[in-house]
Amino acid sequence: MADFLPQFTQQLINGLSLGAIYALIAIGYTMVYGIIGMINFAHGEIYMIGAYVSLVTLTALGAQSGVPLPIVLGAALLVSVVVTAGYGFAVERFAYRPLRGGPRLVPLISAIGMSILLQNYVALGQGARDVSVPQLIAGGIDIQMGEGYSVVLPYSRLAIICVTVVLMVALTLFIQYSRMGRACRACAQDMGMSNLLGIDTNRVISFTFMLGAILAAVGGMLIGLSVGRLSPFIGFIAGLKAFTAAVLGGIGSIPGAMLGGIVLGLAETFAAGYMPSQYKDVVAFSLLVLVLLFWPTGLLGKSRLEKV
Amino acid sequence: MLVLERVHTHYGAVEALQGVSIEVRKGEIVTLIGANGAGKTTLLMTICGSPQASSGRVIFEGEDITHLPTHEIMRRGLAVSPEGRRIFPELTVTENLQMGAFYASRREIEEGLEHVFTLFPRLRERSSQRGGTMSGGEQQMLAIGRSLMSRPRLLLLDEPTLGLAPMIISQIFDIIRTIREEGVTVFLVEQNAHQALQIADRGYVLENGRMVLSDTGPNLLANDGVRRAYLGA
Repeated sequence: MADFLPQFTQQLINGLSLGAIYALIAIGYTMVYGIIGMINFAHGEIYMIGAYVSLVTLTALGAQSGVPLPIVLGAALLVSVVVTAGYGFAVERFAYRPLRGGPRLVPLISAIGMSILLQNYVALGQGARDVSVPQLIAGGIDIQMGEGYSVVLPYSRLAIICVTVVLMVALTLFIQYSRMGRACRACAQDMGMSNLLGIDTNRVISFTFMLGAILAAVGGMLIGLSVGRLSPFIGFIAGLKAFTAAVLGGIGSIPGAMLGGIVLGLAETFAAGYMPSQYKDVVAFSLLVLVLLFWPTGLLGKSRLEKV
Repeated sequence: MLVLERVHTHYGAVEALQGVSIEVRKGEIVTLIGANGAGKTTLLMTICGSPQASSGRVIFEGEDITHLPTHEIMRRGLAVSPEGRRIFPELTVTENLQMGAFYASRREIEEGLEHVFTLFPRLRERSSQRGGTMSGGEQQMLAIGRSLMSRPRLLLLDEPTLGLAPMIISQIFDIIRTIREEGVTVFLVEQNAHQALQIADRGYVLENGRMVLSDTGPNLLANDGVRRAYLGA
């Protein structure tokens, strides 16, 4: 019993940081779904690309040692965000936009194709094997819990939580108060009407893809630094989990994606901590099924009232 | 100001407009009346480029806008309050209005809000309420207010009185008059032919995608065919 608290604290931090990553990715799914009603199955790959771009930048900068760490990290973040936003834009522009207006299944298939393409493109360029990421954010806070037990809260995981909280607050303010945020909400509610008000809805859609890609890129960089390894295939399962988180929270809802990510991350981590760890995916997806049984629109999703 | 020349519009294989020509001159209120399914809304939306005319020309202030994308047409000085009002239900009244002036400066938006709130004091009272929670009449006021936010020179109104109580209907018609007095040209699509023709300088009658009649408002009100078909006399 004495080891309960230390273990609980450790799991809590692990769960929250994992959940934060899911939330960062889930927002991309939910915003794209909200605005054009499609599931962007290539979004997990965008996250993976974000992680790789930051790794490449870190490696390039790390060659000249002596550069202060914050500058290295900041530069990697900036490059990753910009390049990944470009990928997000390009995927929409070339793989989805030409198919818009057709049957809903068509862009979905295109998304799956895009996902496979991006995976293999990175595998070809960077190698299909795991690569290790330099542990730039080393160490952690050592907390003594008495009776010889202690917990280490790694800085890299705390960084994930802090950065995510900052981004979530910024995103919420942006969506609520900025002109572009308002346009995103308006387009999600009535794209045709937004167009009739003179708004170039294609630009709003592109913007949504880029915003989702930016958040995913941040998530990718943070997870690389925290876990210490990457492979071209990390996007698949992370994307699936983040999609689950988006549905769990209510697809189309941004606060829902945040909540869904955190809930899923915590559930998975605690399941792995207190049960054989193979059960973590079972728990994650069972949670999804349970929530959808009782709240078919997700935790924060709204049932759409169609006004006649 | 606005000219349509032999415009044909198709929905798939269905020809909804079969060579329609109209003209709206600066400062006028022009109304388009016709039965359900005659193509009134199609005509209005063809002006907005959604759908685009399959042949013929739409000319606004001397410029051919037939093949421009909708969002570019709507930035050239015309605005629409479409069928069904299409308020953004989750946005507040103020946010709905702000969307009407997406490209305007902060100051222009403030002035626009003040202008709309003066025209519709009701909207000021409800400014922080969500659009979707308002009554039909209030939503219609909001739709007209939103279209005025971009300071249009030509206002397109699609059935602004549909489903509203008689008292609200006469308020809406009063507002349309006021808008014209402020120098905005109005093109009004209406089923409520009687009141529409009373405030209109000229009117067109659309039947099955063809323009069958055009005359001044008073003449159309006195026309036997129009009286029988649209005024229930």
